[in-house]
Amino acid sequence: MLRNTLATGSTPEGRMLWGAEAGVRLTDLAHGTSLGGRLAELAGRRVLVRASDQLTAAVALVELDGVAARMALCPPDLNEAHLASIIETAGIDAVVSDLADPLAGLSGLEVFSLALPLKPMDDRTAGGLATEWVMFTSGTTGVPKLVVHSLEGLTGAIRAAPAPALAPVWGTFYDIRRYGGLQILLRALLAGGSMILSDAHEAAADHLARLGRLGVTHLSGTPSHWRRALMTPAIAAIAPGYVRMSGEVVDQAVLDSLKAQFPSAAIGHAYASTEAGVGFEVNDGREGFPAALVEAGAGPSKAGRVEMRVVEGSLQLRSTRAASRYLNADAPRLVDADGFVDSGDMVERRGDRYHFVGRRGGIINVGGLKVHPEEVEAVINRHPAVRMSLVKGRRNPITGAIVVAEVVLNAPQAAAEIGQAALRESILAACRAELAPFKTPAMVKFVPALAVSASGKLERPLA
Amino acid sequence: MSIRAVIVAQMGEIAASQQKILTPLSDELVLLDCGLDSLCFAILVAQLEDELGFDPFTASEDAYFPVTFGDFVAFYEAGASARSHAA
Repeated sequence: MLRNTLATGSTPEGRMLWGAEAGVRLTDLAHGTSLGGRLAELAGRRVLVRASDQLTAAVALVELDGVAARMALCPPDLNEAHLASIIETAGIDAVVSDLADPLAGLSGLEVFSLALPLKPMDDRTAGGLATEWVMFTSGTTGVPKLVVHSLEGLTGAIRAAPAPALAPVWGTFYDIRRYGGLQILLRALLAGGSMILSDAHEAAADHLARLGRLGVTHLSGTPSHWRRALMTPAIAAIAPGYVRMSGEVVDQAVLDSLKAQFPSAAIGHAYASTEAGVGFEVNDGREGFPAALVEAGAGPSKAGRVEMRVVEGSLQLRSTRAASRYLNADAPRLVDADGFVDSGDMVERRGDRYHFVGRRGGIINVGGLKVHPEEVEAVINRHPAVRMSLVKGRRNPITGAIVVAEVVLNAPQAAAEIGQAALRESILAACRAELAPFKTPAMVKFVPALAVSASGKLERPLA
Repeated sequence: MSIRAVIVAQMGEIAASQQKILTPLSDELVLLDCGLDSLCFAILVAQLEDELGFDPFTASEDAYFPVTFGDFVAFYEAGASARSHAA
């Protein structure tokens, strides 16, 4: 139970969890409540956690772990149209939130108010449940897939390190309501030190200045986050000793630029996914990963070890850090009969290293956010002038990839009268109305036809 | 059109289509303060590649991320000059 870890005597005073505007002392978190003392009412229940910011979300997670039977953590960009199906899929029977209308008009569920600052809580609510942590991941149709983890699995990659001479100050560009950010939060809570949360409303320069002011020592993000930081003069405000990237393919350019910016830092990249958990770290300063990591993985599973294999080009992982299953009835099995999770990340061996070459199924990774082409195509295909479309990734040095679309029109002659520019704008307007900016195609090209395979499916390139 | 003019025109178009407000551009302006976000710059680099025929980020051997608008223009001008010498 997370809370008990914070409540033990070894927690030094002064450890903080910093939001953009306020902070919470971890010792207060161990003995406080953000639920107005109503935690006991949530014992054994299935709880949806929907917070307006990361600090409130983090506090709720700590409070609920060990008490709720299940907690489903809403990501910041949750599409409210999916709330009803999420609640049904996860069997939710209570909601904790600091929002005025967390269910967007849905009724029938009990809502518990979350509020900071924490209030002291005297009665120790009996915990000890192995709470299911449910994370959201992107699905083909836009409805999120719900992935079940345990705290044990989520923290499987966190070593109980001896207390360092200087307590680490953890920071991340990620949101802690997604897998990558949650990993950093759990490290900060369990492995000592403080943490500085990011905030979507804060400018990159202000975030870097705040990280610098609070003395960040361990900082992580996607390569795209780091490229943006490298383009911000305020990067001079920080001097982390430990720099880490994950969530996207890491290229040599960003590794070399970070080495030049932080010559004395340990710079590494890691592979993890919401489903497979934390896979491995690469600390030799080079892109890709040593093939030996895959070869060394044969044999029976041992606690703490991550085994890997490459099947038809896709990286598969087996470890106790993986999620156990999807809650969605229509989702495929998350773990196969041998216990492996198929990542869908396609790799290619060059010499003694593997390199990531794209995603199976054409999934596009824009700055660490996954885009399913089918979701975007469905929006484009609803446009009355469109017969069919193909959405794919185009490589990009700033965000790794951007989304582009090829569109076949119903009646090209009629389209000529309206004009291609007007038609393009009309299709894009439909996309902007329904899709997040990173999912909206940056470019739309009109083509006479699209290649369809023998099985009748669109031929998708590797994204 | 000069490379600078092409870049300025494309930035204006992207700002309009992404509903961003572009601040007046000067050489000293920090790129990420101009009103465009990372996604806008990603689109800018792709559109400039289509228009100018090259992407200096990918072509360059050394990793480099320009900080000011002046750096960005100079990076593209250097890329164009390297191409014309190679041709």
